[in-house]
Amino acid sequence: MTASHAGPLSRRDWLLSERPASRMQARLGRAYVAWRRFSANRLAFVGLLIILALLVVAAFADVLAPYSPTIGDLKNARLLAPSAAHWFGTDDLGRDIYSRIIYGSRWTLYVVILVAIIAAPIGLLVGTVAGYAGGWTDAVLMRITDIFLAFPKLILALAFVAALGPGIENAVLAIAITSWPPYARIARAETLTVRNSDYIKAVQLMGASPFRIVLRHIMPLCVSSLIVRVTLDMAGIILTAAGLGFLGLGAQPPLPEWGTMIASGRRFVLDQWWVAGAPGFAILIVSLGFNLLGDGLRDALDPRSGDQ
Amino acid sequence: MTSALFIDRLEVIFDRFRALKGVSLEVQSGESFGLVGESGSGKSTLLRAIAGLAPVASGSITVNGKTLGPRRDKAFYREVQMVFQDPYGSLHPRQTVDRLLQEPLAIHGFADGEKRIVRALDEVGLGTGFRFRYAHQLSGGQRQRVAIARALILEPSILLLDEPTSALDASVQAEVLNLLEEVRRRRKLTFLMVSHDLAIITHMCERLMVMQNGEAVEKLTADDLVRRHVTKDYTRNLLRASEGFVRTA
Repeated sequence: MTASHAGPLSRRDWLLSERPASRMQARLGRAYVAWRRFSANRLAFVGLLIILALLVVAAFADVLAPYSPTIGDLKNARLLAPSAAHWFGTDDLGRDIYSRIIYGSRWTLYVVILVAIIAAPIGLLVGTVAGYAGGWTDAVLMRITDIFLAFPKLILALAFVAALGPGIENAVLAIAITSWPPYARIARAETLTVRNSDYIKAVQLMGASPFRIVLRHIMPLCVSSLIVRVTLDMAGIILTAAGLGFLGLGAQPPLPEWGTMIASGRRFVLDQWWVAGAPGFAILIVSLGFNLLGDGLRDALDPRSGDQ
Repeated sequence: MTSALFIDRLEVIFDRFRALKGVSLEVQSGESFGLVGESGSGKSTLLRAIAGLAPVASGSITVNGKTLGPRRDKAFYREVQMVFQDPYGSLHPRQTVDRLLQEPLAIHGFADGEKRIVRALDEVGLGTGFRFRYAHQLSGGQRQRVAIARALILEPSILLLDEPTSALDASVQAEVLNLLEEVRRRRKLTFLMVSHDLAIITHMCERLMVMQNGEAVEKLTADDLVRRHVTKDYTRNLLRASEGFVRTA
């Protein structure tokens, strides 16, 4: 009994040690404190579980889906109501909606991750450089940002897709191009609050180049608020992608993308509600998951809360 | 004796405000020189101008015989380092002590970083137990020791001290001052120290300059100050003020 308790307890003490003995221990201890703060928030934990479930479903779609997502049974299985054989029913081409939603999770993740990977670093770089350099660099970069902010997001994305041609890759690109300006603003605001602090002055006094200061000393301070914002934006990204899919400018049939699926179910939404309802519900759940996760991360990572 | 620091008619102008109005100063190598004056007298601005953190409008700064241009090069930062006033604001909140001390070594390309960090921590009396702590896990005095270690790790010959103890309580103040004294003696450093506390200046410095409104009022030796051999009214007022609150009957 006591032996089984000694293990985890001492590991906890090791993580929370006031005198870490190595770089690794200091980093892990810090991560552990953030994790404790995060997991104390029940709703955020639910959000994390939803996102983890999405990852698992996307990874094991081949195993989890009982039918093919693209090939239906036109003869016998058109527009069937939900049943034991087809959990979420079938669509107008006789395809199993449950399988399509499971495969569709891959496309949702694809869009969300690609947009985050493209938009967040652009915003971070533009914002920190503008904030640290000041002067005309700041003016030029922020006016460009303002121009992008002046357009409604979906309209600008529509214009880009119209120019580049419909398809999920172009939809991703269009969403990324329209979603970086808020990140640049956040990063710039954070940069302005720290650029005149003594610890940045101290690094300048060591002879560090501006490039090094921005990259190694200012960016790490901006990252946590950016992560929070990106996570909260993920729901919006999913909805924009679904919206583009719905308008026929995102993923093209027969790709099982959730927005496209809603668009094709629109015609019989009153009689066969499950065709549009099931993917709509999937979007709702995943968006909710990202929002809850973002809220929890804000509490766990916010540099202004507590001594972190 | 050569002069470590020679400042000739230095002017600093922020926007349209003249923070320094033609201040001249000479500090000998190995000397400890004090700057005193009320808030806003320009003493901290003088330090920042030397470090390259304040806009110099005219005048010249000469360090160890080399006159500085508007841009400081890496060699300058190995000669001159600075300890800031507020130990709570001068350490990066997301970096461990280890990372803080590694940064100057990485910038200047030192190979024996590991050894230097251990030695620097030992020198300021912290030991390796503090090496992987974050700033928020340290007390004010410990933070200031880390800041001193960071300034010393590049082995500068001149240390600029901007009220290094004013944010600390009295007993910790004495510890940090003793540490600075000891380091100066061992490394034969030149100090240029700002303080509004005349007791600290007379204890730490051989000579001092009194400043007011961005101008030099007078230059004294610490002995002069102790014996009240002052010539200007302003200095006399400052001395009276430093005696503190006197209750009259």
